[in-house]
Amino acid sequence: MNLYDIIFYLFAAITIISGFAVVSSKNIVHAAFNLLFTFFGVTGIYVLLGADFIAVVQVIVYIGGILILLLFGVMLTNKITSVDIKSGTLHVIPAVLGVGIFAGVLISLMYTTNWKTSVLSDPGNTTIYNLGKLLITDYVLIFELLGILLLVALIGAASIARREKD
Amino acid sequence: MLHVGLHHFLIVSAVLFSLGIYAVVTRKNAIMVLMGIELILNSANINFIAFSRFGNFGLGGQIMALFIIILAAAEAAIALAIVLNVYKTFANVDIDEINKLKE
Repeated sequence: MNLYDIIFYLFAAITIISGFAVVSSKNIVHAAFNLLFTFFGVTGIYVLLGADFIAVVQVIVYIGGILILLLFGVMLTNKITSVDIKSGTLHVIPAVLGVGIFAGVLISLMYTTNWKTSVLSDPGNTTIYNLGKLLITDYVLIFELLGILLLVALIGAASIARREKD
Repeated sequence: MLHVGLHHFLIVSAVLFSLGIYAVVTRKNAIMVLMGIELILNSANINFIAFSRFGNFGLGGQIMALFIIILAAAEAAIALAIVLNVYKTFANVDIDEINKLKE
């Protein structure tokens, strides 16, 4: 059992356990946050499969976009009134001390380390170059159609969700 | 334990797909149903990329995964707009209660 296998089982466990949590939790906000960990685990699986660009897109679009949309949907369609939002401060002095020491160590590390700077190395065989070439050669029609689809979806979502003018 | 191969990825994807189906079938809240659909789309993506890696098909599988992610984004935007409209009309998003197209 090598490192690859261990990392695979780790990400598979994250994905499946949080997937179970998504479908079984009664609280919909908890489900949404567990969905974040599911997407994270799936991202790890993509990286293990050598799909680096897809993994980055997964993080940006799913975690950064779709999950936020879902959370907005949750908050706009549930009457969440029991959560009291406080904005007081506490433990100011220990926090300042801790963060100050941490920042000092970090900055001194950054400053004293003898960084190895050289000419930029070859990034190896990433998939971005080949994916981009495929997108504008073999799959160019689907690519353009998806652009139109996104535009239509944007306009459609805006026109469905807008308020009627009284 | 045996070495990680195509089967392992497909099994993870199958479990995720089943969980998504379970969420779609059992949950009443429309947004939970959407989350189930997202799980299903993710499992399909794992399948595409796993076959692209192990099946010697080149990068076609990854391109398809990219297209699925784009479709998922469009689907989520439209579906949430519809859910918001339903909430405005019926004051809840319980898909068992909603059985009229119009008030």
